Amino acid sequence: MAEWLVGKAGDLKDGDRKVVTAGQREIGVFHKDGQFYAYSNTCLHQGGPACEGVMINNVIDIINPDRTYEGQKFGDQTHFVCPWHGWEYDLKTGEMVGDRKQKLRKYEVVKRGDDIFVVA
Amino acid sequence: MDMPRSGVRPVEFDTFSTPKHLEHAAEQAHKRNYQDFLIVDVDSHHYENESYAEVFEYIENPIMRRDAIDSGGRSTGFLNTQIGGQSMAGRIIRNKGRKLEKGRTAKHRDIGMTLDWMDSMGVDYACLFPTPMLFLSAHPVPEVEAAMAQAYNRWLCERVLAHEPRIVSMLYLPFNDPDAAYRTVQEFADKKGVVGFMVTSPRYKPVHDNAFMKTYRLIEESGKVLSFHAAYNWDDRALGMCNRFIAAHALGFMWFNMVHMTNWVVNGLPERFPKLNVMWIESGLTWAYSLMQRLDHSYLMRTSDCPQLKRKPSEYMREMYYSTQPMEMPDDKTLMEATFKQIKADTQLLWSSDYPHWDFDLPSTIYDLPFLNEQSKRNILGGTAAKLFKLDTKPVKKIP
Repeated sequence: MAEWLVGKAGDLKDGDRKVVTAGQREIGVFHKDGQFYAYSNTCLHQGGPACEGVMINNVIDIINPDRTYEGQKFGDQTHFVCPWHGWEYDLKTGEMVGDRKQKLRKYEVVKRGDDIFVVA
Repeated sequence: MDMPRSGVRPVEFDTFSTPKHLEHAAEQAHKRNYQDFLIVDVDSHHYENESYAEVFEYIENPIMRRDAIDSGGRSTGFLNTQIGGQSMAGRIIRNKGRKLEKGRTAKHRDIGMTLDWMDSMGVDYACLFPTPMLFLSAHPVPEVEAAMAQAYNRWLCERVLAHEPRIVSMLYLPFNDPDAAYRTVQEFADKKGVVGFMVTSPRYKPVHDNAFMKTYRLIEESGKVLSFHAAYNWDDRALGMCNRFIAAHALGFMWFNMVHMTNWVVNGLPERFPKLNVMWIESGLTWAYSLMQRLDHSYLMRTSDCPQLKRKPSEYMREMYYSTQPMEMPDDKTLMEATFKQIKADTQLLWSSDYPHWDFDLPSTIYDLPFLNEQSKRNILGGTAAKLFKLDTKPVKKIP
């Protein structure tokens, strides 16, 4: 395992991300709500750049107590979406939200001084 | 401390390039040595509406031409449209991205953009189809379908196919006007890059209508392919019960081809046109697997309903061609293996991408299947299509 320099913490603004090439691997490093997350940039579906699509919150069907359907709203779970086919991943866990048994490989992010590194 | 150097790049949404978007596809192509063998995509698309200003000029009838040009390609103008988008509320970025893209220099923008994704995926030849015009079959005025089909076909032949040998097409058949469909085959069968004729499936004129027999015969004599390209029609009464696009799309893309296939077989059209090459496009594979069993089961009890048949329905279906995409990917791969066996994939299945649409498939969807040997993979990815379309088998792509 090695530590791969991502950059200065201040250069990765909240809500922003970068893609790090670490040897043969590509890793997406996200900064969201003060936390850093790092995942493999290869989609589990057909190998698309999983970390390079839009970030969007989960969609929720509103079901009333009497089981009737009321409409839809955004939830508070942040997803990142593979731009090839729309596979959505949970930013906090890397789980594919349609089938949480499938997970992107997660990498540790460490901060040393002002620098951010991903361990891979 | 001596840290390993890492490459770092931002993720940007204000620029777009297809080779960048498909960088991982090119990596797959290199790793799997696609440069060593032929890959033919039998179903891909462009957005012909972006060229409507050119296409409309090809409409012969001056009244319709003026109407079309005046509409400026608006969705509420001359042509019909369908609810439902490719971008999944912006989750698929290439739809908006293409507006930012320059593409490689070519005789026409569509040629440059098409060659860009073809090379990235490792594709040598691509059969190009329209996008919004897949819904033209639901236009209430048959004359408009016929006029647009003729204009689009002429435009495609002159502006695209004539200039790029790696792009071929099965041209749009205006099926709501059987005489116009016949004239289409007469006019275009010998044009450069025309490998067949395509019926867009969501329509309500049955394939066994006597009015089509002369057209089938002409296509059979020409040696070209007759294909049925699936699509949905959310206005269909059954699909109209669906409230979500996923349902209308998943069912619609199977439904119309299941109806046409059933009518094709039970009316004995394979017996009437034994040399006609028929291809079923973009319905996935499981529908055929299911329908073969369903029709065989009924046929053995009701043979007098289809007296032209000399064999079981599945035996005729197994002689037709199928495109792969959108290929179902069950967790249990033995189900896929059985499907491939059922449709005789080695000789009857042809890989298709459907790129740039939202549910496109890469060649690796076939190449990585554990139950196929190398020869089967190569047949499905291009060998069978090369025979059917009479293409040179030497790879010509340049994977970036």
